[in-house]
Amino acid sequence: MKSLAELAAIRDKMKDKVVIREGSQGIRVVVGMATCGIAAGARPVLNTFVEEVAKAGLSDKASVTQTGCIGICQYEPVVEIYEDGKDKVTYVKMTPEKAAEVVEKHLKGGKVIADYTYKA
Amino acid sequence: MKELSLNILDIAENSVRAGAKLTSIAINEDDEVIKVTISDDGCGMTEEVLRNVTDPFCTTRTTRKVGLGIPLLKLAAEQTGGEVTIVSRHESEYPDTHGTTTSATFFKNHIDMTPLGDINATVVTLIQCNPHIDFLFTHQFGGKTVSLDTRELREVLGDVPLNTLEVIMWIKENLNEQYNGE
Repeated sequence: MKSLAELAAIRDKMKDKVVIREGSQGIRVVVGMATCGIAAGARPVLNTFVEEVAKAGLSDKASVTQTGCIGICQYEPVVEIYEDGKDKVTYVKMTPEKAAEVVEKHLKGGKVIADYTYKA
Repeated sequence: MKELSLNILDIAENSVRAGAKLTSIAINEDDEVIKVTISDDGCGMTEEVLRNVTDPFCTTRTTRKVGLGIPLLKLAAEQTGGEVTIVSRHESEYPDTHGTTTSATFFKNHIDMTPLGDINATVVTLIQCNPHIDFLFTHQFGGKTVSLDTRELREVLGDVPLNTLEVIMWIKENLNEQYNGE
């Protein structure tokens, strides 16, 4: 059973790291989680981002969070990537598979996957 | 919505946007009925907003944030013979006891019952995205209770955020063990 003692051990391990994360200029992965996003499959996309960011060892560099309706409901699930000094990148019609690819190529490799982005 | 747990995520997001400090999600199941209750201590709704909240075509600017979420929950409940009730107290009238409680009942043996789906993913997603507020989750079924209270976790964690990856993984495994254990 996952016990509170284990949680306390996590706390002790993370204490030093928290300071580093708050001070760093990170990448923000923002998933649209309004009704439109949720109905279109945003939840597994968000969870995949969380897991893949961790697997890629980017937990200290990138954070995964949510926003409401971005206004392009027909393109949901929509994911926006914010990085300091760079233009915002908007990925549309996302899937868990595409999310894993974005972590690998974009967040880790620094290369935007143009095929998945929103073209106005 | 393909899963009830997605409706629950969506309705709980309303609580988040209402500025709730604590959002409770309770699922009570017997052989016939699933009752889902989502209650929060957020700003609440005025009577006028509450009257229009189930009407998808009555989303004026002030009610826009409500949108389709509640109509979709209502549809999911009513298509099984169940119903949705919402009680809300707006902060302008109830400065100390404001908040909203949304309850939905489902007859789970009805052919149009939407499966509950991955409720763990819903709980984990809410905590991942809203680490600064608290969630109390309880699921009673077949003489068993699964529960998670982020206030208890926060007490242990101190300054370490609830959405720290290791903590999120702990929560996920804790819930899995509660569901699959004896």
